[in-house]
Amino acid sequence: MVIYGVALLSFCMLLGIILGELLGRLFGIDANIGGIGIAMLLLIFLSDYLKQSFRLGDITEKGITFWSMIYIPIVVAMASKQNVLGAVDGGLIALLSGGVAVLLSFLLIPVLSKIKK
Amino acid sequence: MMDILEIINTVLSKNGLITSFVFVGCIVWFSYFLSNKLTEGKFHGSAIAIILGLLFAYLGGTYTGGKQGVADIGLLSGVGLLGGAMLRDFAIVATAYGVKLDDLKASGIAGVSSLFIGVTLSFFVGAIVAIIFGYTDAVSISTIGAGTVTFVVGPVTGSALGASSEVIALSIAAGLVKSILVMIGTPLLAKYIGLNNPNSAMIFGGLMGTNSGVAAGLAAVDPKLVPYGAMTATFYTGLGCLLAPSILFLSIELVY
Repeated sequence: MVIYGVALLSFCMLLGIILGELLGRLFGIDANIGGIGIAMLLLIFLSDYLKQSFRLGDITEKGITFWSMIYIPIVVAMASKQNVLGAVDGGLIALLSGGVAVLLSFLLIPVLSKIKK
Repeated sequence: MMDILEIINTVLSKNGLITSFVFVGCIVWFSYFLSNKLTEGKFHGSAIAIILGLLFAYLGGTYTGGKQGVADIGLLSGVGLLGGAMLRDFAIVATAYGVKLDDLKASGIAGVSSLFIGVTLSFFVGAIVAIIFGYTDAVSISTIGAGTVTFVVGPVTGSALGASSEVIALSIAAGLVKSILVMIGTPLLAKYIGLNNPNSAMIFGGLMGTNSGVAAGLAAVDPKLVPYGAMTATFYTGLGCLLAPSILFLSIELVY
């Protein structure tokens, strides 16, 4: 049943966000710490576990993979609702600080990629 | 005749989410068309789609004066739901299905260190720019630095430290610039910085941190890398909210 996949995905997301909120409270800040990352780990572990104990059917799987495939259109919609005007209107300080930070971060990627275990 | 237009308008507005599927579908189709015709598919269709989306967002913002891009236009309000944090995060979690745990473990240390380096680096870049532009109080400098971390960390830090609303607005703008530049820059730079495997994707997520920037940037390079970058990026804003108003602010205060 396709709903099993969607429900499993939803369950992981909700539990992850709840745990992320709790983690935030633990550190005394009003922000979610890694909720989505925790949800992703939950999905990886749970789907792996369920696959071993009883087969996750093809159609159940489609309830998850559909959302993974609709990801790019969602990102396009997300781009269309950004406050681009606000970024452009932020003036030189915003452009410079954001721009230099992104540039330096890009340059660091090949450097840090050399770190292995 | 007016009746028909009115009916269409009402139906499209009432079924906003469905209208947004058509809107995004058209953008994506047109982008892949451009990608194939003009660049023979070399420049990814989804990268063009994201840039077109940003362009529409700019036009929408100019037209309505709102902060939600095209989603402030009544007809396209559904884009706000489709592109909102709820469905975006839902789809991001879904991309984790099929991720290899070994790949995550192999890049664990690099991923965690990239998080700390990323937050600190962005903070100090923002702080230095603020100092160059003549800010002399630790609160404003830290808030602009925090905004450069992400546009969530900026206002969180600013209100914790009691910054002026003008500085908070500036910090949000710095974060917006960052996230939009990551969206546009990633597909252009990916091959020069070796962004083509799970390990560098995790480092990328940790260094950039902006959820929307990382999500869109990796989608335009290789959708298979999305979960790895998103995994580290999801910890970035939280870490920023933790470090910026505390250790990072104190280090600025030591000097000022």
